[in-house]
Amino acid sequence: MTMAATRRKARGRGQSYGVKAAPYSFLLPAAVLFALFFALPIGYALWLSLHKAEVRGLGLGKGARAEVWAGLQNYTAALTDPELGHAALRVLGYGAIVVPVMLGLALLFALLLDTERVRARSFSRLAIFLPYAIPGVIAALLWGFLYLPDVSPFHYLLGELGLPQPDLLDGGPLFLSLANIAVWGGTGFNMIVIYTSLRSIPVEVHEAARLDGATPVQIALRIKIPMVAPSLVLTFFFSVIATLQVFGEPTTLRPLTNSIPTTWSPLMKVYNDAFLGGNVYAASATAVVLAAATFVLSFALLKVSNSRTKHRGNR
Amino acid sequence: MSHTLHRRLAATATAVALGATALTACGSSGGDDQADSGPVSLTYWAWAPGMDKVADLWNKKNPDIKVTVKKQAAGDDLVAKIITASKAHQAPDLVQAEYQALPTLVSNDALADISKEVGDAEKEFAPGVWQQTTLGSDAVYAVPQDSGPMMFYYRADLFKQYGLSAPTTWDDFAKTARALKKKAPDKALTTFSSNDSGLFAGLAQQAGAKWWTVDGDKWKVGIDDPATRKVADFWGGLVKEGAVDNQPMYTPAWNKALNTGKQIAWVSAVWAPGTLTTAAPETKGKWAMAPLPQWTKGDNATGSWGGSTTAVTTDSKHKAAAAKFATWLNTDPQALTALVKESGIYPAATAAQTSGALAEAPDFFANQPDFYTRAAGIAKTTAPASWGPNVNVAYTAFKDEFAQAAKTRSDFGAALTAMQDATVADLKKQGFEVAP
Repeated sequence: MTMAATRRKARGRGQSYGVKAAPYSFLLPAAVLFALFFALPIGYALWLSLHKAEVRGLGLGKGARAEVWAGLQNYTAALTDPELGHAALRVLGYGAIVVPVMLGLALLFALLLDTERVRARSFSRLAIFLPYAIPGVIAALLWGFLYLPDVSPFHYLLGELGLPQPDLLDGGPLFLSLANIAVWGGTGFNMIVIYTSLRSIPVEVHEAARLDGATPVQIALRIKIPMVAPSLVLTFFFSVIATLQVFGEPTTLRPLTNSIPTTWSPLMKVYNDAFLGGNVYAASATAVVLAAATFVLSFALLKVSNSRTKHRGNR
Repeated sequence: MSHTLHRRLAATATAVALGATALTACGSSGGDDQADSGPVSLTYWAWAPGMDKVADLWNKKNPDIKVTVKKQAAGDDLVAKIITASKAHQAPDLVQAEYQALPTLVSNDALADISKEVGDAEKEFAPGVWQQTTLGSDAVYAVPQDSGPMMFYYRADLFKQYGLSAPTTWDDFAKTARALKKKAPDKALTTFSSNDSGLFAGLAQQAGAKWWTVDGDKWKVGIDDPATRKVADFWGGLVKEGAVDNQPMYTPAWNKALNTGKQIAWVSAVWAPGTLTTAAPETKGKWAMAPLPQWTKGDNATGSWGGSTTAVTTDSKHKAAAAKFATWLNTDPQALTALVKESGIYPAATAAQTSGALAEAPDFFANQPDFYTRAAGIAKTTAPASWGPNVNVAYTAFKDEFAQAAKTRSDFGAALTAMQDATVADLKKQGFEVAP
């Protein structure tokens, strides 16, 4: 064996070691951040959810409170709590309005902006997107003031026209009012996602369709929508998760009306338990249940959409 | 809580009105320096505006104990923050805490017993106020800072126009509400609001309710007691017959109703002028203040709504120094004058309530020059309050149950029972012993 060969071999080995280590060292910062700010808090929440505070005597002063193992007690309490069930139902009803309306509008606007003869494209795009830039709490406050019967311009107009004036912060209209805030704020973002994906469809595809005599509506329905299906799935996904986690809008509107209980949505219940009831243990359990439900739902959705795409690919 | 926010706004307004006087320290009396040896540094979490300026007065006189004020969010948010900080043993030396939050904080072992350091201050306060800082024990967990004796506010001009007079009993109050409805159906005397539990708690307190009491080693919850039930039924009846409105307070609609005279009275507390200044600016000089209506003619009692204390935490390494500052802040005439001017508070110390700092009526009530003289008289009649370790749970239950009842104009008694049940259930769930 020559010296050169040995050296080459040695270098080769060293190189392969360096190459093997490289991905891990690149991963390290992300892994550390993930562990510190994601895995650790989740782990702590899990730990909290399995404990409870035990009070001795009057529970005043030193040593009156101890953290003890609770097993699955908090989980049984969370799952059998009718409040949580009611909250989940309310959020489902709310989501049933928000998700289809918001995504339908986003798709419609994206398709309209993508047509050939559209005017003032960038202005319209900005105008539709702008509400997304307004912080959720501010938006909820603004809308809340518009809904309040005594100061609402809608109410005034309806009154002037001699039409009935429904209380927009009560009963069925309350769901529409809350959904309206989410749709108003979220349509722009989803539209941009879908629009970007529309713009990435190769021009030849459109051209071919047009040469074959397809009308703009046919192009939209048969070509564009199927081709942007992945981004539709994505936006659907985001919207469902955002719906499950709705908190800001109902919390902001709550002081304005007698109709929104402090446990309107599941997250409001978590907040209430943790920061008003002072029971972080029960709140953690509810949060874990909520996270698990979101996870299962997301996983199922992904699975369904993946199998569909695969199926289509095989054809 | 909302009223604290309003009070804060109010206080800011007051500070501006007073020209935000830059206070200079006299420093003539000098600091007494027996307590701790060596310079000590204290941190103080408070939300009252201008507290840093008041602390500066202390710092100039006491170079050996330096207090740094860290401004915080008001009320419940701060309670959650203190408990969290206390769990991590990172709590500041001093905190501002509302009276009803004290048992919750003590129960979380966040507040130190400072009875040895501040015991002498007891005589400076009305017994009903001081007793709230001891939780009925030998310990003292805080020094009272401000208080919110409740009063009846009404539009003097509109009362005159409709031929009404300020009610002296709750019976009169109901009659006044009905008389107004008859004369002006689109107006209401006031509203029953479900979004500030403190108001209802104060009204119950006036009626003689004791929501939490200690029975040996057990807590006794008396939310659904005869006194509170009387209050709930009274308001429930008025809401049901439509004599008063049922919409919540502190909304733009409520502001408008006060500003335009759609609602012509408000059951509130001593800090109301500040709230009215921002909510109903156009009605300046048209309001008058009277004592709260009584349950029995000739009685003389009021409740309290709002008010806070200065407490020393268990994490503090310089408890004696912190307690010394807390005592100075809330009993020293110079400090109290500064608190009134800078923070716009109504001092809990009885001597300060009739002091020069409160000689002039609030700007909004310039038509009632003896405002604070009357207020001091009313403050003396404050009924004792009793708080327990889960006030927030009861308050949240109040908001949910009474919102529902007010909305549907249904039985307030049922809502009260639900509130009692929720409070007891929470205590039991936390492992407290609850007396039947």
